[in-house]
Amino acid sequence: MEETKEHKIVSFKTYIIILFLLISHTALSVFVTQIDLGNLSVIVALSIAALKSLLVFSFFMHLLYDKRMYAFMVAGVLMVMTLVLIITFLDYGF
Amino acid sequence: MISYEFIHKFSDVIFVGLFFVNNKLLKTMSNSSLPNYLEYKGKYKGIFAWIFSTDHKRIGLLYLYSIMGFFIVGAILGLLMKFELIAPGKTIMEAKSYNAVFTLHGITMIFLIVVPGIPAIFGNFFLPILIGAKDVFYPKLNLLSWWLYIIGAAVAISSQFMNGASPDTGWTFYAPYSFRTQSNVLPALIGAFILGFSSILTGLNFIVTMHRMRAPGMKWLKMPIFPWTLYGTAWIQLLATPVVGITLLMVVAERVLNIGFFDPALGGDPVLYQHLFWIYSHPAVYIMILPAMGIISEVIPTFARKAIFGYKAVVISTLLIAFVGYFVWGHHMFTAGMSGTSLFAFSFLTFLVAIPSAIKIFNWMATLYKGSILLRTPMYWAVSFLFVFMIGGLSGMVLGALSINVHLHDTAFVVSHFHFIVFGGVGFAFFAGIHYWFPKIYGKMYDAAWADTGWIVFFFGFLLLYTPMFYLGIAGMPRRYYDYVPEFHFANILSSFGAFIMIAGLAIIIINLFRSAKRGKKAESNPWAGKTLEWTIGSPPIVENFEEIPEIK
Ligand code: HEM
Ligand SMILES: [Cu+2]
Repeated sequence: MEETKEHKIVSFKTYIIILFLLISHTALSVFVTQIDLGNLSVIVALSIAALKSLLVFSFFMHLLYDKRMYAFMVAGVLMVMTLVLIITFLDYGF
Repeated sequence: MISYEFIHKFSDVIFVGLFFVNNKLLKTMSNSSLPNYLEYKGKYKGIFAWIFSTDHKRIGLLYLYSIMGFFIVGAILGLLMKFELIAPGKTIMEAKSYNAVFTLHGITMIFLIVVPGIPAIFGNFFLPILIGAKDVFYPKLNLLSWWLYIIGAAVAISSQFMNGASPDTGWTFYAPYSFRTQSNVLPALIGAFILGFSSILTGLNFIVTMHRMRAPGMKWLKMPIFPWTLYGTAWIQLLATPVVGITLLMVVAERVLNIGFFDPALGGDPVLYQHLFWIYSHPAVYIMILPAMGIISEVIPTFARKAIFGYKAVVISTLLIAFVGYFVWGHHMFTAGMSGTSLFAFSFLTFLVAIPSAIKIFNWMATLYKGSILLRTPMYWAVSFLFVFMIGGLSGMVLGALSINVHLHDTAFVVSHFHFIVFGGVGFAFFAGIHYWFPKIYGKMYDAAWADTGWIVFFFGFLLLYTPMFYLGIAGMPRRYYDYVPEFHFANILSSFGAFIMIAGLAIIIINLFRSAKRGKKAESNPWAGKTLEWTIGSPPIVENFEEIPEIK
């Protein structure tokens, strides 16, 4: 049987920093809507969102501190979802 | 509450302390002190001792009986269709009834039988034993899965008994028809939705069980193949099933609230429905077939008296099938009007996914090569599995070719393809499994002569039933029609005749197993000289499988 790892206590300060980063990125994604980026605007918005979820996954959901296995599982699931979306969209505009 | 483990430990201490008996004696004595799971008396009595049991073995049997019950219903519906098709024109039912019958047949066979099928029955019963655990990680969740299964089935079947017509959409519920038809599709959709939860919970339970409950020394690469295939399956159950759940709810919303997801009149897209449906339903065919391959990978080495050839290749191909299987759903939509890029991509990926399946075939063949082969009932099923599975897989390649698909799509050829692979694959593997593990499950032996007779009758009936349908499809007979042109009469007679033979075989098999479970001779604990853990414990297994969790070297 695999052993459960001790839960790491993340410092209050780290959480505050992450919170601050999340808020500032939210502000950023509102701000970029002011600039006309053409087709790129979707990509920029999604990239900011992806960065934010990465922070939530790693710190708030402890994937950074837990066993690597869990990070792999989450990454794998996201990858499958991304591929499914990409392949679905092959049906549009080509 | 005092657990069995505690009582056992306690008695060990007393025995050792008082008599200094040797380990072996101690083992035999404590062995007989624990009841087997069939005789164990728990909190409840009678039927409640089953339907409220959290013992993975009892839950496995609950699934076995419920699935077998539905299977008999589904098979009778299939037989009715073959009766109708024995002659052109109306034979025993109207066109509308035929539509209702193939819909119910499909929903029953897919959602109630082959999707839960092997994981729910043999996975529940044998997964914990094969990895050296006392139960699954969440026994109560396991029981909940069975209850959800029964509730989902009841809701789906209620569609037959309500006012109005029975559902007539086919098991695929294609839009726009599924939200326009006046028949009772709502209960069928909601039933299938609930069944999805049962499947997800089983998958989740198995993943956690394999990560957390393997016996000491049971490294990942020491696990037998059957657990590995359940592992691949469990991930598909967990990730793909929610997609179909949402899709079915979208159809419900479309019917009830006129949202416009799929209705072109409201700006929706019916092809989107097909995408969403097959994003689940193609991976779902791997939910069906992977555990079937797992059973075959247990049976063939045992009866060839050899370790499986290329263990790692089998494991990797299992995971590859589970992974690549997510990306080929579009091969069901080649004629739906997708873009050229999509057509190319899906055809390419479809050919790709056949490779790992072929790897497995070669591994099984190589396992047989120079083995000292023991031909017993499970082995007959396993080698005939290879035969029908290959026909099914190769006809899949034919369908995966873009140009040919235009000709064959929605014909009897497709019906033949998936029956060869689903019924031939999952069905044959199931029968291999039940004849392999029967002595372990019941502690009784079945009548081998009757079992072999059942197999040969079933096998010939099966081939006679489905082979003419390849021809019919190529000749242009569409699927899901109750009528056909006179030119197709002869092949249809052959096919219907095959159906009767196959059902006769099925009856022999089921009656033989039932009688043997009641009155069979007592079985040894390892009748086939198997090497995996289930054969190291008594038949039937004791309540928590192992006196002591085994140490794997
Ligand atoms: C060698 C691998 C396989 C290939 C290349 C393949 C290919 C295909 C293709 C192209 C179709 C669509 C035909 C059409 O409607 O025009 C199809 C249908 C189907 N296949 Fe396969 N297949 C493979 C394996 C499997 C397996 C392993 C299963 C199940 C265990 C399966 C079950 C089905 C089912 C149920 C359908 C019909 C769905 C429906 O329209 O009702 N196939 N297959
Ligand atoms: Cu498919």
